Amino acid sequence: MTTLPAPNDAVAPAEPFILSAQRITKRFGGLLAVDDVSFDIPERSIVSLIGPNGAGKTTYFNMLTGLYRPTEGRILFDGRNITRARPDIITARGVARTFQNIRLFGALTAIENVMIGHHARMRAGVFGAVLRPPWVQREEKETRERARDLLTYVGVKERDHDRLATQLAYGDQRRVEIARALASSPKLLLLDEPTAGMNPRESGVLTDFMRALRDDLKLTILLIEHDMKVVMGVSERITVLDHGRKIAEGDPAEVRANPAVIEAYLGKEG
Amino acid sequence: MSELRAQLAEWRAAFEERVPRWWNRALAILLLVVGVIFPFLTGSSSGLLNGAIIAVAYAVMSLGLNVVVGMAGLLDLGYVAFYALGAYSMGWFGSEFFAKLNIHVLVSPVAGQLPGIHLNFVLILIASVVVCAVAGMIIGLPTLRLRGDYIAIVTLAFGEIIGVIAVNGQSVSLGNGMTLTAGNLGISAVDPPYFPISRAFSLLDERPWYWLIFGILLIVLFVNLRIRDSRLGRAWVALREDEVAAVSMGIPLVKTKMLAYAIGAAFGGMAGAFFGAYYTTVNAGQFQFGFSIFILAMVIIGGLGSIWGAVLGGLLLGLINNYLIPDVLNDLPSKFGLHFQLTSVEFGIFGFLLVIVMVLRPQGLLPERRRKLEFTSDLVTTTDTQLAEPSATSGGVI
Repeated sequence: MTTLPAPNDAVAPAEPFILSAQRITKRFGGLLAVDDVSFDIPERSIVSLIGPNGAGKTTYFNMLTGLYRPTEGRILFDGRNITRARPDIITARGVARTFQNIRLFGALTAIENVMIGHHARMRAGVFGAVLRPPWVQREEKETRERARDLLTYVGVKERDHDRLATQLAYGDQRRVEIARALASSPKLLLLDEPTAGMNPRESGVLTDFMRALRDDLKLTILLIEHDMKVVMGVSERITVLDHGRKIAEGDPAEVRANPAVIEAYLGKEG
Repeated sequence: MSELRAQLAEWRAAFEERVPRWWNRALAILLLVVGVIFPFLTGSSSGLLNGAIIAVAYAVMSLGLNVVVGMAGLLDLGYVAFYALGAYSMGWFGSEFFAKLNIHVLVSPVAGQLPGIHLNFVLILIASVVVCAVAGMIIGLPTLRLRGDYIAIVTLAFGEIIGVIAVNGQSVSLGNGMTLTAGNLGISAVDPPYFPISRAFSLLDERPWYWLIFGILLIVLFVNLRIRDSRLGRAWVALREDEVAAVSMGIPLVKTKMLAYAIGAAFGGMAGAFFGAYYTTVNAGQFQFGFSIFILAMVIIGGLGSIWGAVLGGLLLGLINNYLIPDVLNDLPSKFGLHFQLTSVEFGIFGFLLVIVMVLRPQGLLPERRRKLEFTSDLVTTTDTQLAEPSATSGGVI
C-alpha cells in the first residue's frame, strides 16, 4: 500500500507502519523540547516511549494527537499526513488517548463520559437533536448501549455506570478513561502513564488488559510508562527519549542493555 | 449543620424513592395548565399580568444565556446585545421606520395601509433569530482562543458596542433619508402581532400577549431540553469541564462553541423581538450593561446550567422587578417614615438576593441534574471506598 505522498527525504517507511513520525522537532520559544525524533509504530504492536521526567514524552504525545503542532517534521497516520490536523480530526481518523492526570468530565456520569468518546462517530446536529427523528434516536440508543458494553469490558461495575465519573474509585476512573478512548473506535491507542498510582497487582492486570485490547480490538498501542516491569513485560519495541533526543530504540532486551539508557536513568558512573 | 443537611438529604432521597415515575410528567402538565389559565386569574390588564408577561420574556432570555454560560461555560457579559438586535429586528421590519419603503407581508389590515416595512410577527421572529444567531457567532469568533474571564471582557465590550451603535445609529445614514436606528428617540409605534385567528393585541387586553410569550417560552424550553440530552448538549458540557480532553475526544472546538453562541443569541433575539412589539417602541436607552448582569443573575440564582433553574430565575426576578417592587412594595419605605421609593434601590435588592442565594444555596435554586448528583450522591458514596468530592467544584482535573 504505497499511497503515501511523495516523501521529501529518505525516511519514508517501507513497512506497514500505522504511524510514522518523521524528524519531529518541537521548540517552545528557546526551549528545545523534542529534537529531531523519528518514530515508527508497526501495525498491531505495543510500543513504549520511555525516558526520565522532562524527556519530552508527553510533548511528543501531544504532537501526535494534534494538541501541539511540531515545529519541524511530519506525521503520517494510516498513510495520511496529520501533521497540522486539528485534534478532533485526528481522533476521527482513529487516534485516541488517555491522559497522565486523569481528565474525565467531572459533571458527567461514567457512561456519558464514554458517550463523549463516541462523538466523532455520531452525526446528529442541532436539528437532529431538536426534532429527534428515528435515526437520531437509534444513534443515541446505540451509543448508550455501546458505552455500557465498553464500561463492562474495561471492568467498571454496572452500578457505577450512572455515577459521576469523579466519584468513582481511582482505578475505575482510569478504566473509564480507557473506555472513553476506546469509544471513538481507534486504530491507535495512546496511553500516557496508565499505571500511575496503581499497585503492582493492578499494574499486572493492566498489562494483561493491554494485550487483550490489542488482540480483541485489533489495536495498536503506544505507551508512555515509568513502571519498567510493565514496559519490559508488554512492549515489543521501546524508544527511549532523553532531553528531547532519541537515545535508544529496540526490543526490551536491547534497550535494557544499552549503556546510554542506563546512563540516562542512573547517571554516569565515576 | 452538616448533620441537619444529611438528614434533609436522606428524607429527600426517601421521598424521591416513593414518588412514582410519572411524578415529573404530572408536575410539568400541572405547571403547563397553571401557565395557560393564569391570565384568567388576573384581570385582562393588571399589574400582575403585565409583570408576568415581562417575567416570562425574561425566562426566555435566561434560557438563552444559560446555554452559553451554563451549559457551554462561556461567560458572556454582553447578552444585552441580543436583546437589542432582536428588538431592532422588530423595529426595522414591523414599523413605519423605513418610511420610504413599502413592503407588507401577511399583516393586519391597519398595518397594511401604513408606509414602511411590515412583516408578520412570526416572520420577524424568525428574522430576529437569524440576525442574532449570526451576530452571536461574530461576537463569539474573537473569543474562541480565550478562556474564562477574558471571554467575559470581550463579550462585555461587544455588548457595549451594540449599545453605542444603537444610540448613535440615528446618525448612520442608509440613504434616502433613512437611518440605522432612532437613537434615544426610539423607533415608535411598532406593529402589534397579528394573527387572523386570535383576538387583537392591545394594551387594553394583555392576555394575548401573555399567551404569545408563553408559547415562545414553551418552544424555547422544548428546544433546550432536547439539546441538553443530545450529542451537542454533552459536547458543551465536555468543553466546559475540560477543553483539552474534549477536543482530544473528537469534539470540534470551533463548531461546538459557535453553536452555543448562536443558539443562545437566537433565544435572546426572540425575547428581544417580543419586547420590541410589547413596548411598541425600540429605544436605545433600553440596552444598558446592567441588563446583561440582570439576566446573568437569573441564570445563577436558578442554578448555572440548569434549564428549569433558568426558567425559575427568570420568572422570579422578572416578577420581583416588574410586579413586587413597583406595584406591591414600592411605598413600603414611606410607611417607616423614609423618603424614598423601593424602585430606586432595586439593584441593591437584587444584589442582596444574589448574596443570600450564594451563601445559602450556592448551587442555585434548581440545580442541574448533574450537579445535583454531585451534591446528593455523597450519601451513596460514603459507604464506598472513595470519598465524595466535597462541593460545587466540578473541575474534574486533578
